[in-house]
Amino acid sequence: MRGIISYGGYVPYRRLDRSEITAVMGSGGGAGTRSVASFDEDTTTMGVEAGRLALAGSETTPDKLFFSSVSPTYFDRTNATGVHAALRLPLGTSAVDMLGSQRSAIGALDAALDSSSTALVIAADMRTGRPTSGDETAGGDGASALLVGSGDDVIAEDLGGAVATAEFVDRWREPGDATSKLWEERFGEVVYGQLAARAWADALDSCGLQNSDVSIAAVTGLHGRAITRTASKLGVESVADDLTAVIGNTGAAHPGLLLASMLDTANPGDIVALVTYADGVQVRFFRATDAIAGHASKRPVAAQIANAGSVPYAKFLSWRGILEVEPPRRPEPDRPSSSAAYRNEDWKFGLVASRDQESAEMFLPPSRVSPDGGIDQMDRIAMADAVGTISAFTIDKLVYSPSPPVVFGIIDFDGGGRLPIEIADVDADEVKVGDKVEMTFRRLYVGDGISNYFWKARPLR
Amino acid sequence: MGSHGIKDQVAIIGMGCIPFREHWDASLDDLLIDAAALTFESAGLAKDDVDAYWFGTSQSAASGLALSMPLKIEGKPVTRVENYCATGSEALRQACYAVASGAYDVAMAIGAEKVKDGGYQGLNAFPIPHDGTKRSLTAAGMYSLILPAYAQKHGVDEDELRMVVAKIAEKNHYNGARNPLAQFRRETSAELICSMAAVAGRLSVFDCAGVADGAAAAIVVRAEDAHKYCADPLYVKALAFVSGTGSGVTDPNYDFTSLPECKMAADDAYAQAGITDPRSEIAMAEVHDCFTPTELLLMEDLGFSEPGQAWSDILEGTFNLDGALPVNPDGGLKAFGHPVGASGLRMHYELWLQLRGKAHEERQIDLSARERKLGLVHNLGGYPGEMVGFVSILGTEVD
Repeated sequence: MRGIISYGGYVPYRRLDRSEITAVMGSGGGAGTRSVASFDEDTTTMGVEAGRLALAGSETTPDKLFFSSVSPTYFDRTNATGVHAALRLPLGTSAVDMLGSQRSAIGALDAALDSSSTALVIAADMRTGRPTSGDETAGGDGASALLVGSGDDVIAEDLGGAVATAEFVDRWREPGDATSKLWEERFGEVVYGQLAARAWADALDSCGLQNSDVSIAAVTGLHGRAITRTASKLGVESVADDLTAVIGNTGAAHPGLLLASMLDTANPGDIVALVTYADGVQVRFFRATDAIAGHASKRPVAAQIANAGSVPYAKFLSWRGILEVEPPRRPEPDRPSSSAAYRNEDWKFGLVASRDQESAEMFLPPSRVSPDGGIDQMDRIAMADAVGTISAFTIDKLVYSPSPPVVFGIIDFDGGGRLPIEIADVDADEVKVGDKVEMTFRRLYVGDGISNYFWKARPLR
Repeated sequence: MGSHGIKDQVAIIGMGCIPFREHWDASLDDLLIDAAALTFESAGLAKDDVDAYWFGTSQSAASGLALSMPLKIEGKPVTRVENYCATGSEALRQACYAVASGAYDVAMAIGAEKVKDGGYQGLNAFPIPHDGTKRSLTAAGMYSLILPAYAQKHGVDEDELRMVVAKIAEKNHYNGARNPLAQFRRETSAELICSMAAVAGRLSVFDCAGVADGAAAAIVVRAEDAHKYCADPLYVKALAFVSGTGSGVTDPNYDFTSLPECKMAADDAYAQAGITDPRSEIAMAEVHDCFTPTELLLMEDLGFSEPGQAWSDILEGTFNLDGALPVNPDGGLKAFGHPVGASGLRMHYELWLQLRGKAHEERQIDLSARERKLGLVHNLGGYPGEMVGFVSILGTEVD
């Protein structure tokens, strides 16, 4: 049996209330909220968070990592290798980007399902447009990770599907541009409608299914109007909430996020359909297996949607670089050394500490010398999943940060070890000594175009 | 093995200190030339009379050339010294050891920092290539962790403790107002400081040392030669230095209510000098008040206050100019600003003045009740949990 072994959806903590756009700009916006990646998140860090959730639900180690995004951190070098490092995947696991459009993400899932590999398919995106635009309002930020493989631990069996491909320009973005342009909506609505009907019929046919066999279908794509107008015409009885009202459309991440959301509540035997409108239409069916009953998602999508804090519109604009604010009058951090980062990959990306074999004392960062003077008598201890307590904290309004002030805590880990580190996803007035935290992979800053990744703590909510 | 010190083997026979200011019109060379000139004049010597130089600067220059070139020191060794914010004291320590060893008859320690050409606020570290995982926090942020930790450990109300440390700033500004070399010469009140906006934790800008350019220097000789140069030299009783393991930032047992490196350095210094009760034996102290909570902890780590009692001693005025043990009578880092390479020598300069009765009458401490005229300098570099600590003791007489 081949299909999904485990999965993880990641929804960042912050939400923008769309009505704030209207209040500030006098136009744009709308009802509901959209998800917002924090200033210290990008598609790589969100991909890591989704990947961690997927790998937490399985003992399986992937031999391939696919990373998809429309808003990758880098071009001309691979983004997936950073995700690979933070997930501490083996040297022999390949890491490949599949970038450029939402279709790349669904194509990566196709490629994984149609191969014989165990593949971790990660997609992450940050969607925005010019202030007041439809893309700004409808967009969202998030990530998804699907662990694809074979065997008895498959929780959602791949039943196959169909695709309808076509060349039509309904949205486009030139390389280097931050936002997209759109053709008038009716054209795309009609074309997508025709393609969806064709792909759906072909998929049912090729899989030997009837409409009534399908328990639930998620229909997603960046052409919101086409989805709204045509999803109900496919003939499926139950169309899943596409979550856009509360988190927006997370682009490349959204098909995986909706599949994760459906699997969170699927029962053995359920057939779920994933229909993606992206430069053509792709339909894929999965059947929940008996194994899904024993699979508990570490952090269900619904729980992350419920766990949210707000971000003011102006701060959202500054986080996206649209509104440039005055930084503290301190030197901007210099770029990290590539060679230093390379040799310290275990620490920088994997948060691997050392523990003295004699005294059991923990060292973050890892140390070679023991308190008794012994050298290299340390065990390596992965700390990324450790839980800690804030034993002291401060708010630093002087230090450079892409989004001052810095909330900084002395974190003492439950299993031993201390790390003074920045606390993410908090407002300065809500931190208390004694609060529990977990670790999260973040982008500390960008220096000379190099994204400097490391870990922060975040409240255990 | 053991730390034996060089008690009464070396004496300071001349010192100089230029005004600490935003010297927009002076280069590092100018600061060095002026401080050295004052010091040569103080000792009645010329540059060729000095056999070897130790030059402390944190990041204004590199190598001995930065001193030998502007001063045109010919054919002499110049060692550039750096040890974080204790750089100036470290230069003095090295010069003293060189003389004590017999290698040189006369040595100069000079420290200087040209901070204000950087264009940024505060002190900023020279960038060393790194892997990008280093802690991102200002020194103010790290030291701001002390207040809530101390309040909790010793059961002091946090608002009251905030006022206590503001009293430290008030005291140091009061002293600095009576010192023409200080950068800030205006008194301020603890109440005003408490009403200011916080910049890190509960600390306001006035809880932080200022930033200034400055330079200071000392000339040292063997103790037995001191009276050839100077009628009232200062004898080196102790020089102690501890470089920490950084355990405070990795060990959950560290609670930010003590600066262990400084306590260890003080213990070593007291042993070298033969001091058993520092509070009664020390006439005055210059300590590293980089942030007001630092001075709070130091009163306990240096043995001036019992653990948990510094806050009440401060409220009682123990460390005021007219108190039992005046601390930072020159105004400290608070009033002087902190040109890193110069500060340690500036602290020693105040002992040079006070212990010999040469401070300005407005701030000269009363030494009449003292049997031994001993002063202490404490200088540190780094952060709580990860620091270097220096303590020296100087006196007017050989025991």
